[in-house]
Amino acid sequence: MIVQLTDTNAAALQEQLGQLRHRLGGISGVVFTLVVVVDQGDYDRAMAAVVDTALEHPSRILLVTNGRARADRLDASIRAGEDAPGEIVTLKFHGELRKHRDSVVLPLLLPDLPVIVWWSGCSPVAPASDQLGRLGTRRITDAMGDPDPLAALEVRARNYCPGDTDLTWTRLTRWRGLLAAALDAYPMNVTRATVGAAPDNAAASLLAAWLGDRLNVGVAVTRHPGVGITEVTLGAETDEIRVARTDGNLAVISAPGLPERLVALPRRDLNTLLTEELRRMDDDPIYAEAMAALVRRLDRATPQIGGARK
Amino acid sequence: MAGPSALVLFGVTGDLARKKLLPAIYDLANRGMLPPGFGLVGFARRDWAAEHFADVVADAVRSHARTPFREDVWRQLVAGVRFVSGELDDDAAFEELKRTLAELDETQGTGGNHAFYLSVPPAAFDITVAQLRRHGLADRPRGSWRRVVIEKPFGHDLASAQELERKLAKAFEPTSVFRIDHYLGKETVQNLLAFRFANTMFEPIWNRNYIDHVQITMAEDIGIEGRAGYYDGIGAARDVIQNHLLQLLALTAMEEPTSFGADELSAEKRKVLAAASTPADLGAHTARGQYAAGWAGGRLVAGYLEEKGIPADSHTDTFAAIRVDIDNRRWAGVPFYLRAGKRLPRRVTEVALNLRTAPHLPFDHADVRSLGNNALVLRIQPEEGITLRFGAKVPATSELREVNMEFGYDTSFVESSPEAYERLLLDVLRGAEPLFPQPAEVELSWRLLDPVLDHWASQEEPPQAYPSGTWGPTSAVEMLARDGFSWRRP
Repeated sequence: MIVQLTDTNAAALQEQLGQLRHRLGGISGVVFTLVVVVDQGDYDRAMAAVVDTALEHPSRILLVTNGRARADRLDASIRAGEDAPGEIVTLKFHGELRKHRDSVVLPLLLPDLPVIVWWSGCSPVAPASDQLGRLGTRRITDAMGDPDPLAALEVRARNYCPGDTDLTWTRLTRWRGLLAAALDAYPMNVTRATVGAAPDNAAASLLAAWLGDRLNVGVAVTRHPGVGITEVTLGAETDEIRVARTDGNLAVISAPGLPERLVALPRRDLNTLLTEELRRMDDDPIYAEAMAALVRRLDRATPQIGGARK
Repeated sequence: MAGPSALVLFGVTGDLARKKLLPAIYDLANRGMLPPGFGLVGFARRDWAAEHFADVVADAVRSHARTPFREDVWRQLVAGVRFVSGELDDDAAFEELKRTLAELDETQGTGGNHAFYLSVPPAAFDITVAQLRRHGLADRPRGSWRRVVIEKPFGHDLASAQELERKLAKAFEPTSVFRIDHYLGKETVQNLLAFRFANTMFEPIWNRNYIDHVQITMAEDIGIEGRAGYYDGIGAARDVIQNHLLQLLALTAMEEPTSFGADELSAEKRKVLAAASTPADLGAHTARGQYAAGWAGGRLVAGYLEEKGIPADSHTDTFAAIRVDIDNRRWAGVPFYLRAGKRLPRRVTEVALNLRTAPHLPFDHADVRSLGNNALVLRIQPEEGITLRFGAKVPATSELREVNMEFGYDTSFVESSPEAYERLLLDVLRGAEPLFPQPAEVELSWRLLDPVLDHWASQEEPPQAYPSGTWGPTSAVEMLARDGFSWRRP
């Protein structure tokens, strides 16, 4: 059921949500409120992602977007009992009200449950002190949604607060798992490491920072043709572990004394990344360390950042 | 069904009468709960003819009644509708009222039974009761009854409450006085009693061994809505903490009554209220605030001091929070935090019992970081129901997280609860023993609150401002932080 409301306010929305709950037989078992800050142009992509997410995490989802009307007005639509459990509320703010979006979002947060704020595109410089970000226990950004992902990731790293996560980090989950497992299986004293990636790949910078921090080695980022991260090598004096992914899907892993093997390492879509990120409600200390390492790397201003200069 | 009777509504032009009382009377008639011999007399200062008043009633019914408008029901009702015009100090008007009631007894067969509903500002209670007494309207001929209904607040401190009681007692018998807290319908009281005393599983944890602290919240998203004359000088503590929230506290904390008779129930409420006290350091354990201009729920709203009719230097609290301790075996060491406020983010009334942390958590520290305490929340309104909050493991991870289990009266029982006023008016007309506050409870509540009000009155500082649409002043947050707690987001 989709209910449209024009020139409305939080109290009227609350009333409408109550009636829908009554009519649809109650919505029990919701686990959090997800606030999605989205640009109008990105709306369909964000909506698709949250509908997917709602299948794993029934929740109240508030899509916050700006409209172009001059009047100080809020238009809204509520979608419940359609294609996903929970409630999806789209809030479109016009005029002066665009500066006071928190005044509508705050009353609509579910009692007591965690609040996650996700910026699907550009995100504020300091999410934790942002007007909407302040309402959240978790704040999810996506540097890849920014026109300049590397610069965006740097801003994220320099303004990190516990509870922040960037989806760039989530994109690395499989890579990190694979590399950690490889080192467990072939323990070696790593003295050199490289990350190869498409030019200006933010995930590659973060992976390099994480590897450098965990292994205490310098990590060079090299420019490779292909999509996303294409290759990671971890080397000791003579031995080397190498994971290469040329097509963005299937990786080849090679280690000393073993045949090359294939491992599925697909680039994952936004919906999957978001769903994974919502499994944890606490802050991530490993991410915090990786971001701190990224800041140190940037401060050293090593020429590797932003692609190798040859 | 009620017996033959006439109901006199003072202040019939007010919002309450139009939106609640008149529609409730119609709904009762429509459900067949009013006798054929029923009369309704409006009393107000307007210069209206009886026919015009009937139109006003019809309008109110059409816009606000919960049951459909039926011509036959209306014709039955309108035959007994009368109007008396006059001021409350106007002797002629009360003589006219007396004649009107006599005429109704004669023509409608209302049997000499009269109920007086005082839907007037508290300041007008005295004069209205005195006038009823002076003109013999409170005198009860043999075989008939007189009843009076008053709405909170019952006085503005202990002394004035006692004075009001004395005046009421001069005119009416104690069992004929119905004190109404319209926020706390009879259904709600009965629901709470059923939840506590019809179940086995809650009683064992309903004490200091398991409960850490209790938060009772009544939040309104509206401001004073033009009721400056009523609200200024009263404030949130007198308006709702004294009656509504302390009644909720009493019902939550009291022992099991020996029966649900009005006396037995009141006895338990009195015991727990007598054991309740506020801390000695009132500066540290109370907080008060006043709403400032701001964006609330998507609308720009004025601050309290900018509201029409409010003096620029008013110290009236539109937000009040107090800590109450109950010195008995069940509750020693369990603080009860009560807060009430206007222009908060949303309209909600609830009692939240927060349980202690598990004595030992045999889990990885990282997995239980986002796990809070168990809680049992009794939601009073809107969407009356129960929420049980507990920890559960998130599938496919080892993390533990809080989840909510919900029960809603309106989703589990399709039959909607009768409107609070319908129940109430019917109880008045039937003379059913009220579940509403008895004078001794009112006095005990004032005894508890008076020191807080005196403390606040002694402060030169005005209440702390809070932006409209937020959860109150920072001093309220600090007040709980001092005890190591934080307010839940209701």
